[in-house]
Amino acid sequence: MNAKGTVFKYGDNIDTDVIIPARYLNTQSAAELAAHCMEDIDRTFVNRVKAGDILVGGENFGCGSSREHAPVAIKAAGIDCVIAKSFARIFYRNAINIGLPILECPAACDAIAEGNTVRIDFDTGLITDETTGQQFQAVPFPPFIQQIIAKGGLMNSLKD
Amino acid sequence: MAMTMTQKILAAHCGEACVYPGQLINARLDIVLGNDITTPVAINEFEKAGFDAVFDNTRVNIVLDHFVPNKDIKSATQSKQCREFADKYNILNFYDVGKMGVEHALLPEKGIVTAGDCIIGADSHTCTYGAVGAFSTGVGSTDMAAGMAKGVAWFKVPAAIKVELVGALKRPVCGKDVILHLIGKIGVSGALYKSLEFTGEGIKSLTMEDRLCICNMAIEAGAKNGIFPVDEITEAYLKGRSQRPWVKYEADADAEYERTVTIDLSTLEPTVSYPHLPENTHPAKDGSRIKIDQIVIGSCTNGRIEDMQAAYEILKGKQIAKGVRGIIIPATMDVYKECILRGYTEAFIDAGCIVSTPTCGPCLGGYMGILAAGERCVSTTNRNFVGRMGHVDSEVYLASPATAAASALTGYITDPREV
Repeated sequence: MNAKGTVFKYGDNIDTDVIIPARYLNTQSAAELAAHCMEDIDRTFVNRVKAGDILVGGENFGCGSSREHAPVAIKAAGIDCVIAKSFARIFYRNAINIGLPILECPAACDAIAEGNTVRIDFDTGLITDETTGQQFQAVPFPPFIQQIIAKGGLMNSLKD
Repeated sequence: MAMTMTQKILAAHCGEACVYPGQLINARLDIVLGNDITTPVAINEFEKAGFDAVFDNTRVNIVLDHFVPNKDIKSATQSKQCREFADKYNILNFYDVGKMGVEHALLPEKGIVTAGDCIIGADSHTCTYGAVGAFSTGVGSTDMAAGMAKGVAWFKVPAAIKVELVGALKRPVCGKDVILHLIGKIGVSGALYKSLEFTGEGIKSLTMEDRLCICNMAIEAGAKNGIFPVDEITEAYLKGRSQRPWVKYEADADAEYERTVTIDLSTLEPTVSYPHLPENTHPAKDGSRIKIDQIVIGSCTNGRIEDMQAAYEILKGKQIAKGVRGIIIPATMDVYKECILRGYTEAFIDAGCIVSTPTCGPCLGGYMGILAAGERCVSTTNRNFVGRMGHVDSEVYLASPATAAASALTGYITDPREV
């Protein structure tokens, strides 16, 4: 499985309140949530993002609330993968559980610039910045988590 | 192998004699929790996966607290979905308007969570229950759905940071000042994926309210959980309250910690976290030039009776400053009633404040105290991210109930020892 898209880059400690402000948590509609994704940090995001794009963060991405609406909004906005130096742990679980691919790769987060075109090979964890030609190796998921993803998420994995 | 308190609870809940940091386990859950925002998403996942029963209708808890009494039609629809699910599956601990409270104040108060438990909640502040000696952590809605269906959750066993508390608090310095100080010291990702294990002779000077507040904000340092040992203070709190027998786990003397952070409680001062991260801490006394528009006293962090008492001691017989809106929200119906019985409510109203029934409302920018552009609020809540309480250009300053009350009197950030 691969992803290829344009990079949206943000800094450290991107919290779930800026990913999807709580004033929109009165809905469960992925499309409605996506329409407000990143609104409090980047009002232009929803107008610029295209299906298949890639989000790059810094340390502690997704900190704050447990709202699963955050990875849902990012995924529904069209983002195919989030690369960060580290993820807040509840966001990490939620992303895996709802099927939003995430990768930890500090070197890639430092080097990749906003607007670059990046290709990701999820099987190997190889991240290629096609704009600069640089390559980075992300930390692969442990086999336990790969199994959850392979079965199509947590709920599906429970049915066996 | 020697284990921390968290590791011992996890080992006991996955049937292993011993677990080690980094190990992936499936643990049996004593309590599964959700609220009116996260439960609807969990219900959808539960039903989509085709489950037709919860693992134990006495162990699943649903508390409507974030947007109730409902603020709009959409939130009313979400509450209705929770209510119908609770009816259908006969969820015994379903708390609706009139019985509800802010979930992390309510569950300990009712004795639903107890020492030795393994708990997940679809709310990040579920880490609060470490105060009673439980392993308790926040998860998302899909984890809640899986927990409701099967009564298990997967965990990566966390490594630990030991927080050694020495000395004794000098009131009005309280638990909130302790946790803000700690977050200021280690940063908002300082305990990422780890457990914060509080210990040391200093814990003797901490009440249950202090400990609940401290564990509540463990997540704001990135921690998976925060936990206190079970001592006489814990057992006095649990006695006559805990709905189930409790189990007291103790860390091994030679348990391994990644690092030790020592805090001398006697040196702590009233502390305020400035926008827009909880780690941005300053002494309250340095904030005297920061003019404020609103204070909020309440939430799962500081909405308990001792918090109300701290506010009362400062506000009684006085008037809050002109131009400041004082919003006081007891976190549960029991705390709300107790405020009336003790005369706090009358004193708050006479001081110029409003007293609301329990809700998370303003803490997450839901309703009941939203800020306009350029406005500042001193709040006893737990997060001060951009836009957290309203407009992206508003500001939240996190503080204790005493500091918030003192600031309401002067209209500026104020050290409670100065009023």
